[in-house]
Amino acid sequence: MIVGERKPVAEILEMTKGYDRIFVAGCGTCVTVCLAGGEKEVSVLSSLLRISGKKTGHKVKVVEGTIERQCEREWVGEMKDKVKDADAVLSMACGIGVQLVAEMYPEKPVFPALNTTLMGFPTKHAVWLENCRACGDCMLHLTGGICPITRCAKQMLNGPCGGSLNGKCEIDSEIDCAWALIYEKLKATNRLDWMSKIQPPKRWDIAGHGGPRKTVKEEEVVP
Amino acid sequence: MAAEAVAAVKKGTEADASFQPRIVAFCCNFCAYAAADLAGSMRLDYPPNARVIRLPCSGKIEILYLLRAIEDGADGVMVMGCLDGDCHFMNGNFRAKKRVAAAKKLLEAVGIEPERVEMYNLSSAMASKFAEMISDMTEKVRRLGPSPLGKGVAR
Amino acid sequence: MKAGSNLEKILEKGQFAVTCECGPPKSANGDVIRQKAKMIKGKVDAANITDNQAAIVKLSSFAAATILLKEGIEPVMQITARDRNRIAIQSDLLGASAVGIRNVLLLTGDHQKLGNHPEAKGVFDLDSIQMIDMARRMRDERRFQNGEVMDVPPKLFIGAAENPLAEPAEYRVPRLEKKVVAGADFVQTQGVFDVERFEKWMAAVRSQGLHKKVHIIAGVVPLKSLGTAKFVNDKVLGMTVPDSLFERMKKASDAKAEGVKIAVETIEALRKIEGVQGVHIMAIEWEEKVPEIVEKAGLLPRPVA
Repeated sequence: MIVGERKPVAEILEMTKGYDRIFVAGCGTCVTVCLAGGEKEVSVLSSLLRISGKKTGHKVKVVEGTIERQCEREWVGEMKDKVKDADAVLSMACGIGVQLVAEMYPEKPVFPALNTTLMGFPTKHAVWLENCRACGDCMLHLTGGICPITRCAKQMLNGPCGGSLNGKCEIDSEIDCAWALIYEKLKATNRLDWMSKIQPPKRWDIAGHGGPRKTVKEEEVVP
Repeated sequence: MAAEAVAAVKKGTEADASFQPRIVAFCCNFCAYAAADLAGSMRLDYPPNARVIRLPCSGKIEILYLLRAIEDGADGVMVMGCLDGDCHFMNGNFRAKKRVAAAKKLLEAVGIEPERVEMYNLSSAMASKFAEMISDMTEKVRRLGPSPLGKGVAR
Repeated sequence: MKAGSNLEKILEKGQFAVTCECGPPKSANGDVIRQKAKMIKGKVDAANITDNQAAIVKLSSFAAATILLKEGIEPVMQITARDRNRIAIQSDLLGASAVGIRNVLLLTGDHQKLGNHPEAKGVFDLDSIQMIDMARRMRDERRFQNGEVMDVPPKLFIGAAENPLAEPAEYRVPRLEKKVVAGADFVQTQGVFDVERFEKWMAAVRSQGLHKKVHIIAGVVPLKSLGTAKFVNDKVLGMTVPDSLFERMKKASDAKAEGVKIAVETIEALRKIEGVQGVHIMAIEWEEKVPEIVEKAGLLPRPVA
């Protein structure tokens, strides 16, 4: 899922300086699961804003509200009343949600309270590792379920590089060498012959280097 | 829980000439609260500044409770749990410790002294220790002075 | 002849080649290269110019290679995949050939996080194997990576780097094989300190007949001091200095002389290994010692191809 973390408090205070009525908007999906922008995190941030307001003497009215998802118009539409009564919206959604809210409520400034950091999964509670880069051409069936585009620092297709040491990546000995993992997995499942073939250069245009991408499910699009 | 904290602070002692800190003490049921109880039975003397709120485990503490206590006028907040390794719920006190540490950082970022929130560990038999800890925190907060947010204000 | 370079001619004739590394400066001072060129002239068959090695910004390998050419030294221009996409690499290959650079070494490259500009965007459009394949097709099929035909193809002798200690250990030879199939004409290895371990790798390479399909040049890193030994062991990827050499460097009264002695001994041992067709001397910021090492190893005079 999409994972993010709250921006440093100092940055958020700077962003919201001068606004008297702030609507802190949470999102009930990904950012709730990664403990960054759900209802609970909205309460914490709201309390901090109020404490800061009292401390500095610039009192701020903070309204809290969390909707199911900030990436769907139907739900973002439900925010209407609270947005109306605010001078600014501090969205605790991922970058996707912040942008949709900004698009649907162009009359109010919409600020991001989070840094959206990665697409990944929890290796253990509260620790998320990136494992997908949305490259648009999934090759997981070839690499034993291990993504080299995400997990190889050099995004190689004919790895590993000469810097792989003890199964770890040259940039950080805490990071597994994706190709060492792929090699072991293909060896265990008798599919090593794939690694002897030269893999051609990747299509980076569909992997995010060809401008913002669009996905359409044609048969479901209604005029 | 947060509502209780607000109520406890508002019922605090009237300020006299010298500053009387208003402290909220979140106590875990199995150790801290039991110690508090024992201190009571033993008629131990300690400052009356702390209002005790019982939690099933110190791990039940949420950063929000600590922030709301400060927001609503507490001068100091204590989280009191079992000794390391002795938590009745295994690692609740470990979670509490981390949350207290995180709350300190957040408060510092908004200009509140992080020393106003503290974690204490003790066992159910340590009645005099309980009294000592309350005394300790009260004096510490007295030296810090009243919370920069002033007396408890209605939201 | 694929490119007609001096290095290619010597290797094709079956002679033992000598190359060395020539590190460009961390400034715009081209004279540093000119001075290094003067030190090594006539002592090596070709000199490698590194490409922002260790992801530290240096005077570009292309520019430094042209300076070497002017000084009468044949360059091996190194190109990494870290800083350039396929468009730039193809462009550089055409350009190199056009100005008379006839040898290129194509590498994936050290990751930018290890260098002095860790916030830079690493390119890695291609990896080394894809680069080698692309360069070969440009030269032999006259085709760009996209299939378009060009009228004048580049004349290049294509090199790859290899690490005999690379992991996974079982994949070392298949990985080299991939580079050979992709089109590597020659391979320069990381510095060898443990000749026995290197011989094991060579035995595996020979078992697949790869030594006959690609010219293997073994790397030697002369140790200037105990500090160099530590640096190479700890900081340079793919190189490990055995304890015996650490001991020798520690005990030596003249560390530099001992370092030269070790380098010469290593070269002599490497020459005896079947399939080793040359030596690549990487005297990091010690290029002035190359002539002495080459001479003591009995490799002078260099053949005129």
